[in-house]
Amino acid sequence: MEAFWIIAAGSLVAIPCGLLGCYLILRQMAMVGDAISHAVLPGIVIAFFISGQREPISMLLGASILGVITTFLIEFFHTKARLQTDASIGVTFTWLFALGIILISVFAGKIDLDQDCVLYGEISYVPIDLWITANGTIMGPRVMYIMGAVFIVVLLFIIIGYKELFLTTFDPKFAAASGISVALWHYLLMGAVSFTTVGAFESVGAILVVALLIVPPATAYLLTENLQKMMLITAGLGVVVSFFGYYLAAWLDGSIAGAMSLVAGVLFAAAFLFSPQEGLLTRKKRMAFATNKDS
Amino acid sequence: MIQHVDNPVVEIHDLTVTYNKKPVLWDIDLTLPAGSIIGVIGPNGAGKSTMIKSIMGLVPLNSGYVKVFDQDLQDVRSRVSYVPQKESVDWDFPASVMDVVLMGRYGKLGLFTRPRKADKEVALDCLRRVDMEAYAGRQISQLSGGQQQRVFLARALAQEADLYFMDEPFAGVDAATEKAIINLMKTMSEQGKTVVVVHHDLQSAVEYFDWVVLLNLRLIANGPVPEVMTGQLLQETYGGKLTLLAEVGELLTKKEFPSREKE
Repeated sequence: MEAFWIIAAGSLVAIPCGLLGCYLILRQMAMVGDAISHAVLPGIVIAFFISGQREPISMLLGASILGVITTFLIEFFHTKARLQTDASIGVTFTWLFALGIILISVFAGKIDLDQDCVLYGEISYVPIDLWITANGTIMGPRVMYIMGAVFIVVLLFIIIGYKELFLTTFDPKFAAASGISVALWHYLLMGAVSFTTVGAFESVGAILVVALLIVPPATAYLLTENLQKMMLITAGLGVVVSFFGYYLAAWLDGSIAGAMSLVAGVLFAAAFLFSPQEGLLTRKKRMAFATNKDS
Repeated sequence: MIQHVDNPVVEIHDLTVTYNKKPVLWDIDLTLPAGSIIGVIGPNGAGKSTMIKSIMGLVPLNSGYVKVFDQDLQDVRSRVSYVPQKESVDWDFPASVMDVVLMGRYGKLGLFTRPRKADKEVALDCLRRVDMEAYAGRQISQLSGGQQQRVFLARALAQEADLYFMDEPFAGVDAATEKAIINLMKTMSEQGKTVVVVHHDLQSAVEYFDWVVLLNLRLIANGPVPEVMTGQLLQETYGGKLTLLAEVGELLTKKEFPSREKE
């Protein structure tokens, strides 16, 4: 049962992260995902102060708002101060992250919140972190509910906004000229990334979230030239990563999040070498074949 | 030689646009006639693309206004189509030719509707008009420069607009595509549609267009080809010396941002 919950939680995190990650890498904004995942920290802390408890809805909300502010600041420094995008990302997220750390450390003694529980959620605790109602009924792992909700919201967002996201990602000028608000969809996407990142953060930890946001979509990008297939492959990869990651960790008796990220990296390497169109070895073989035929 | 027309499709009044404090368009006043093929001509950096972008509301205006069909662009957007430079997008994007042409229908569809069969038929028909029907299922990463341009044109046709703005459609295309594009424009103009084209080859301009806008930061000329494409006006547009205004702009930029590279 433990294996099932952990693999299910991993998949529930991997799928929404990967789907949004597809858009991030196509917009050449992969590192924005990384930035958001750190910069949301003060949002979580402030939400905690306001609500007074570790209650997921207000935390998700606080984090989402901070995530959108982060992307706004990145854009702002880039356009107004004419700073390069990567420098702008670096300035924004380190600063916000630091603010979050200070807030936590100043108030750490008074409240039930520390860096560990906010930053480094641990996927192996999923089966024991249960949602127990007031009258004592055990509803199953808490993470499944949080990530289940995030999963549904992200899925609806992508299904409803598919063509707008597609167009604003591919050709923002044409989108604007045909009356579709590029800024609106940019911030909606960033809001969705923040929301997902935070939910996932608290459930499975930081490294795994950043890895799942970027690596499966990058792998799928090498395997297909169709956006819908790319998203399906990404989702499939998310499940595969969770499954093999869990058993790799069990076999090594090591960190589950680490093993899952490692599996994602190995799959990427495999796609890089053997992809039918773009693979390094496939191309070499094709070239060798062509030269043999010529001679 | 600045000719004004009655009932213009586009009216630009007192338009000034600056990038980073440097003027790229200065005090433009012009009107464009309906049903013509209009060339916007001038040297590199003359503000040709910027003029089209400011009509399409894609760049902020420092002063002045633009009217399309005598209304704000917002109210007539569905009647206006824009073809960006083909270099402005990533052609390795995971999309098929059909996906891209269907984007021309998105503006009409609204948020919750997906492209229907009718939209796909329109898209196929537009591909036929640019001789690309056979490529509908092809990935866009496999297209040549000329084919990319045809796909962009098909997408614009799919918008079923009355006024088309095309940013350098002849740049980097093969001779056959160039011919196909110009035939398409002639057909469109016969159907009463207006086509505004950013262009920089003077020789073909005389042949392709029936109305020409000469631009170099400010408006040099606006009128029918025979009256505008004269030695003196072209000299004024392309002449060795930039206008005084450009030099002032240059100075301003340097003073304000001494160590920055200009864009």
